[in-house]
Amino acid sequence: MHVVVIAKNTPDTEATVSVDASGNADWGDKLVVNPWDEYAITEAVLLKGAHNVTATVITLGTEEHAEALKHGLAIGCDQAIRIWDDALAGHDGLAYATAVAAAVNKLGDVSLVIFGKELSDIASDQHIFQTARKLGWNMLGFVAQIEAIDFAAKTIRVSRLTEQGSQVVSSALPAVISVVKDINEPKYPTFIGIRKAARAEIPVWDAAALGLDAAALSSKTAHIRYQALPAREGAVEIIDGATVQEQAEALVDKLLEDKVL
Amino acid sequence: MDFALTEEHVMAQQMVRDFAQKEIYPTIKEWDRKHAPHPDVLPRMAELGILGINVPVRYGGQGFDYITLALVCEELERVDATLRVVMSVHMGLNCMALMQWGTEEQKQRFLAPQARGEKYAAYALTEADAGSDPVSLRSTARREGDVYILNGEKMWISLATLADNILVIAKTDPHAERPHKGITAFMITRDMKGVTTGDIHGKMGVRAGSTGWIAMQDVEVPVENRIGEEGEGFYVAMSCLDNGRYTVGAGAVGCIRACLEDSVKYARERETFGVPIAHHQLIKQKIAYMQQWYDAAKLLILKAGWLKNQGQRNTRETAVAKWFATDMSVKAALEAVQLHGAYGFSDEYDVERYLRNAKGAVIYEGSSEIQQLIQADYALEYRKDKPLRCELPAYDVDYWQSEV
Repeated sequence: MHVVVIAKNTPDTEATVSVDASGNADWGDKLVVNPWDEYAITEAVLLKGAHNVTATVITLGTEEHAEALKHGLAIGCDQAIRIWDDALAGHDGLAYATAVAAAVNKLGDVSLVIFGKELSDIASDQHIFQTARKLGWNMLGFVAQIEAIDFAAKTIRVSRLTEQGSQVVSSALPAVISVVKDINEPKYPTFIGIRKAARAEIPVWDAAALGLDAAALSSKTAHIRYQALPAREGAVEIIDGATVQEQAEALVDKLLEDKVL
Repeated sequence: MDFALTEEHVMAQQMVRDFAQKEIYPTIKEWDRKHAPHPDVLPRMAELGILGINVPVRYGGQGFDYITLALVCEELERVDATLRVVMSVHMGLNCMALMQWGTEEQKQRFLAPQARGEKYAAYALTEADAGSDPVSLRSTARREGDVYILNGEKMWISLATLADNILVIAKTDPHAERPHKGITAFMITRDMKGVTTGDIHGKMGVRAGSTGWIAMQDVEVPVENRIGEEGEGFYVAMSCLDNGRYTVGAGAVGCIRACLEDSVKYARERETFGVPIAHHQLIKQKIAYMQQWYDAAKLLILKAGWLKNQGQRNTRETAVAKWFATDMSVKAALEAVQLHGAYGFSDEYDVERYLRNAKGAVIYEGSSEIQQLIQADYALEYRKDKPLRCELPAYDVDYWQSEV
């Protein structure tokens, strides 16, 4: 039995992102593990500790994206796999999902696929739902807690975060879940894990290894250009008044007048 | 020549950085103001394996090399010197003494639980009237059958009230013709009858740390707790300093980095005369010097660490690294305070804490003055290293990382 976590490197969340006149975005030089994926990796390792399952971490990307895999191994995943094929350059969500689903199928006995809620750079999670669709498995998004999981009986019950509160859902396994930060406290790598990760030879699965035609990985959509947010313009106005009471009243009147309140 | 860190080094460094920044930094100022040890530091460092970072796996450690120890110390002191002090005394002055001088039985009995973080360790050489001149120490150890009876008082001992195992240096022959030959090292435990400890208050810096005194009154210490031979304690004590100074110097590198990073951030944000102060040449000069001190101090430390990995004697190289790095950390902290102006003078910003902490490190583990005498004596050939009966073992990755 197998739990798979799909992780990705994304630009540093502290980097200053800029967009030039031609619509090209500069995300900065530094990549970090997508912050949401830290929760996903930790959940896979926790499940591995609590059940007799293997935890595998998979990423899709060029070699510079392998750090997410090393991080997963250092935290306690058993193995790591990198998916890459030149046909995936500039991939869209569907191409991503096609490749990831093929890798999950290739592993064989997978019961659960875990994603972080979204990719922090483009704030997108469509690839997660597309992966579930490609696999033909149930999709449970925004999971805040796995309340019960029985790998032998092939059942899972989770608490999902919704806009209004939470919702408890049960499903058959195998399934795909995406997790939110309530699910756990991300683990640090262990020193033993670091030693293992540093030495790991990570296999790269290309289209042929996934049993796919390169054409199946071609994107149907493409990024044309980015647009920076319009610069905010603001002005400061000092509210006069002899007393704090007067100032407060003047402020309230002003806010009502400007329809802020 | 290869200046590159390994992937293991970088990942270990990142892990310790994440721990220190996420768990300790947010509240360190509060504990510094309270003059009280941060309660999470020791248990979390134990739990994460940091307390055994460069001890072989077979003795409960994590099996990393001596360079990693320096990188860990840098990351810890980037947040606060008190975190690094733990590594100086627990690892540098105690665990590494056991790695160098301990018998197999002592390694199993003391080193393994310390490396696993089950026991905390300290080192007690200094006394009220014996700091830079350790041969004048007054604590005594009198042999009576299978035990030694220890008496005396130690001062300025880090983790005095928190450590379980304390490496104590005492005189077994107070009238020895050559006084340093009358000194012996012992591992005492804080629960032994006759051991009392207390904290020292009113320190200028390292306020979120534990510094105290240890009094020994007729403490019965079994012969099996003697570290090294009788009369070998001076050499044990001095070899400990080769390792303690290494961690202090590595920590000072972290302090310089803290000053540099905080100064860069502030210089970009703070504006005077209509521009960020980073545009002013005298501000740039301060930043440039901090960068230079950081680079040079780090190279000296890594060189000492490389020598340790090779199993080569490094007394001089470690001493010069400690001297330079700590002196420059004081200068960097002074410049950082100056660059921050009135805010630097307030504990609203961290740089005044860096300055108070840095000032301690040019005094303890051999003052800067002692380090200068050491360097001069090596250059003048008044001082030469003689082989020790036990040397710090060279780092052997296969031996360090195998279970048995």
